[in-house]
Amino acid sequence: MAAIKLCFVVQHPPYKSENPRLALTHSISSQTAEIHLEDGQTVVPTLILVGDGVLNAVKNQQAMKLYGVTSTESHIKNGLLIDMPVWICKEDMQRLGLKEDQVITDAEDMGAELKATFVSFADINKELEACDHLMFF
Amino acid sequence: MAVLTIGAFPSLVGSMTLDFSFKLAEAAVAKGHKVNFWLSGNAVMMAKKGQKAFKDYSHIEKRMMELIAKGIEITVCEACAEARGYHKEDTPAGMKRASMDWYLAKTFNSERVLHIGGE
Repeated sequence: MAAIKLCFVVQHPPYKSENPRLALTHSISSQTAEIHLEDGQTVVPTLILVGDGVLNAVKNQQAMKLYGVTSTESHIKNGLLIDMPVWICKEDMQRLGLKEDQVITDAEDMGAELKATFVSFADINKELEACDHLMFF
Repeated sequence: MAVLTIGAFPSLVGSMTLDFSFKLAEAAVAKGHKVNFWLSGNAVMMAKKGQKAFKDYSHIEKRMMELIAKGIEITVCEACAEARGYHKEDTPAGMKRASMDWYLAKTFNSERVLHIGGE
């Protein structure tokens, strides 16, 4: 099977702009991209949260209650549900004082098997070098 | 000839970034390249026909229509457009509407993807 690897890099915090939501919805749409492709062709996304973008993965967001919209937390969980790798920058978590138990690590409540991964910025750079196309939100 | 896919997300008014995106597409077409053009986020403002030209604001509709006539494939994010009240009947002639998977699929056969972010 021929595959194209796409990296979706999220650098903005949630709700301040549309960027993180667009990154999440676009990356999840990889699930159905094959309807536009020929047999055997596929796109493989990785979602990478860096800078203030790591705030999108904070647990227990109340977006529906407060804003009447779905949370970036729920979108990230949907990403895990479709087996999309979710990488969260460790250094940026430290910079923002975030502990691992404050951040989404899984979506077991939705039936997802894949877990989010805490990675170094150096590892993120290697992933960016390995991808075919970069989408920087 | 190469295939270039541009994903444009900035609004029509507020910066010159969307203008730049269309000029870039125009230059690529002039050099003989095939261009796929995806409009999403606030860039779906282009999915409203009949925009009036004022010298105080960017006006790209004419350039966009010329590019469509030259064969460039311009597709707007249907959900982003509907969320802003731009319906199918508002869409300029020749512009397509699709879901986000269209953009990702176009990256498959593209030599280059230029993702031009929004606000």
